[in-house]
Amino acid sequence: MANWCRISSRTISNHVKTRVNQGLPWGAVGINQTSGLSSALNPGGPVSDGNWRYQNRLPVPRNRATLFCNQRFESTVAEKQRDSFLSSESDDDHQSVDFPGGKVSYISKMNFISESSQTRVPCYRVLDDDGELITDSDFQQVSKEVAVKMYSNMVSLQIMDTIFYEAQRQGRISFYLTSAGEEAINIASAAALTEQDIILPQYREPGVLLWRGFSLQEFADQCLGNKADYGKGRQMPIHYGSRKHNFFTISSPIATQLPQAAGIAYSLKMDNKKACVVSYIGDGGTSEGDFHAGLNFAAVVEAPVIFFCRNNGWAISTNVSEQFRSDGIVVKGRAYGIRSIRVDGNDALAVYSAVSAAREMAINEQRPILIEALTYRVGHHSTSDDSTKYRQLDEIVYWKNARDPVNRFRNWVQNCGWWSEQQETQLRNSVRKQLLEAIQVAEKTEKPPLSEMFSDVYDYPPTNLEEQENHLRETVRRHPDDYPADISV
Amino acid sequence: MALRNIIGKRIGNGIGLVGRRSLSTSTSDVENRNAKSMNLYSAINQALHLALETDPRAFVFGEDVSFGGVFRCTTGLADRFGKARVFNTPLCEQGIVGFGIGLAAMGNRAIAEIQFADYIYPAFDQIVNEAAKFRYRSGNQFNCGGLTIRAPYGAVGHGGHYHSQSPEAFFCHVPGIKVVIPRSPRQAKGLLLSCIRDPNPVVFFEPKWLYRLAVEEVPEHDYMLPLSKAEVIRQGSDITLVGWGAQLSIMEQACIEAEKDGISCELIDLKTLIPWDKETVEASVRKTGRVLISHEAPVTGGFGAEISASIVERCFLRLEAPVARVCGLDTPFPLVFEPFYMPSKNKVLDAIKATVNY
Repeated sequence: MANWCRISSRTISNHVKTRVNQGLPWGAVGINQTSGLSSALNPGGPVSDGNWRYQNRLPVPRNRATLFCNQRFESTVAEKQRDSFLSSESDDDHQSVDFPGGKVSYISKMNFISESSQTRVPCYRVLDDDGELITDSDFQQVSKEVAVKMYSNMVSLQIMDTIFYEAQRQGRISFYLTSAGEEAINIASAAALTEQDIILPQYREPGVLLWRGFSLQEFADQCLGNKADYGKGRQMPIHYGSRKHNFFTISSPIATQLPQAAGIAYSLKMDNKKACVVSYIGDGGTSEGDFHAGLNFAAVVEAPVIFFCRNNGWAISTNVSEQFRSDGIVVKGRAYGIRSIRVDGNDALAVYSAVSAAREMAINEQRPILIEALTYRVGHHSTSDDSTKYRQLDEIVYWKNARDPVNRFRNWVQNCGWWSEQQETQLRNSVRKQLLEAIQVAEKTEKPPLSEMFSDVYDYPPTNLEEQENHLRETVRRHPDDYPADISV
Repeated sequence: MALRNIIGKRIGNGIGLVGRRSLSTSTSDVENRNAKSMNLYSAINQALHLALETDPRAFVFGEDVSFGGVFRCTTGLADRFGKARVFNTPLCEQGIVGFGIGLAAMGNRAIAEIQFADYIYPAFDQIVNEAAKFRYRSGNQFNCGGLTIRAPYGAVGHGGHYHSQSPEAFFCHVPGIKVVIPRSPRQAKGLLLSCIRDPNPVVFFEPKWLYRLAVEEVPEHDYMLPLSKAEVIRQGSDITLVGWGAQLSIMEQACIEAEKDGISCELIDLKTLIPWDKETVEASVRKTGRVLISHEAPVTGGFGAEISASIVERCFLRLEAPVARVCGLDTPFPLVFEPFYMPSKNKVLDAIKATVNY
């Protein structure tokens, strides 16, 4: 509401807050009447909102007094208006008008809000490109144990991606997609959560599962679709799901998880659980209607959900410049009344800190939070894609080498004295070996039996499915060569 | 069997309100103790009250449900159960259903209302790609069986393109959900309670035309009617008629008139469209040798086609005549032309005679 036009510095927000505390009606300063009022005024940092500075190319002073026209003579102010406010100090009291949704100040100068800020929303980072801690950063300290676990998981994710990608190229699995370049997002966000927090992934977040203890064997089993796969071989590779890890099963449609996240979070809210939902989405996914639906619902029902957007610059071959005209995703949060932050997605410590803080707010204040993590999709979209067809190889190589989140975090962990070259070699060899074994075991494991094709469509199979299964079995008996030998009938 | 008595005058049809006699259908389905005369929206309202009363984890949400809903189906719920359990949602069907899926996935009973079936399409992705596959794709680790989506459907006399649609056929093509349509207040209450308590996601279409006009004795207690069980609501021997929802009352009028010409009609209420009760329909066709299906939805690709194909597969040699379909036409639902569009009593009667005389 009036926030956009008034508040562009902490002093102003404090000024307004003071006035609010004096017991003025909210309407006097045209602030939206929600429970989140005081925190909206004090979002934990200066709100970079240069909108008001340039309206239609005319500079407007930031000084609050001149924003409100105070060169009016007392006698022109209607008595009725004066009576309806507790204080007649501010001139805008006389210039507000009532509508459903609250009071708004009115203005007789016609000004369009600029389509963009002069400056982009800054990006929160804590480690520089070399992994050195930036002085005076806010960040959540991590213990050696957590840091080493984070780093090891990032390495494991990297290796897992490499090996599974190769396995697809060799024809051993049918499909794969990597999270290359997004290891910090995957692991650091997961590390900031507890096991009770519920994950609704898009599809590029296997690191969250890895962090939670999903084994390399379990990953391999799903990719091979064998009978040990919890999904019972029904979906393509990488569509992981694990109830025991509070990780909802991945589905291919984009952004469908977002309104579901609002519903799940509402359930947590009803149960007074000290837990939140974290739902992931890419830059492309924010163009879907479900993004709008999910964020709006979460805001209206005041549900504890963190919407984590991995803005990696590309939706298959579609660059962000073809995806939206806004300053990324972070600015969209305010459109829904959602507190938001932009973070350097390749800075594991920054991601960890932001998610920790977001989780606190989501749970303690029962509100959604939007995090936009800027990053780069180093890998192709999937094994069905060759991204050199639509982007420069130089660009990919640059991000892979100079901006690698794993290298960056390793530098920090090493500088803390918590990691060595020797451990590095040991870890990489060990993970690689485990993965190769896991794939071999997964390949040798039987596929699920044919009956699993017909179960779980409903809680119990209806008669039409029983008939179809019987008929199919007869067909298989008659024409066994038409069917894969590794599925028992 | 006097379904026709629950009908008010339909536009141009000339069928007057004959007077209220009790609907003697489903006599054995439910005990009649403490029955009260009420209309469809009241019966649905009762079912919702019972659903929320008996399960503290049941929620009702959708556009405008808080004040009672545009059709009064949710009257009194917010006052009685509170705003946390009965609440308005933003105007966004994909959000309503997506939110409902999430709520159901956590073990709650999420009773979502879509204001008109005509507006259900933005939620189609969530219903087909998410709700219907939620259990299967997760290997039964997760499910959203607690989800029930209610929507008013069907002709109302003046609804035109966007307040009259019968979209059931789209949903009947989706393995993993159930589609249920009640024909009367007593049926609606029992079926809705079954849908809400069924461990699968269900789409429940309510014939809006019957909200006020259908009045019946409805028992006040908590009762459930079985899903996927069709009901023979009129016994006959010459031809089987299959229908659902509001169309059954039209079909019943046709049956009564056909009787005057010596044609004995058996009338079946399918109730659940998927998974549908083939056995009951097949048994009836084996008896009569003829079948006629009637629905308001356009004939091409309508659910009548599925019933027809299945019956022909199962009863080909028994059939004395081709399967007849008396349905809406293949046009968008028109306003002034509604009387021409609709599968009227006389259209059904003509088809009965043509089939019997084939």
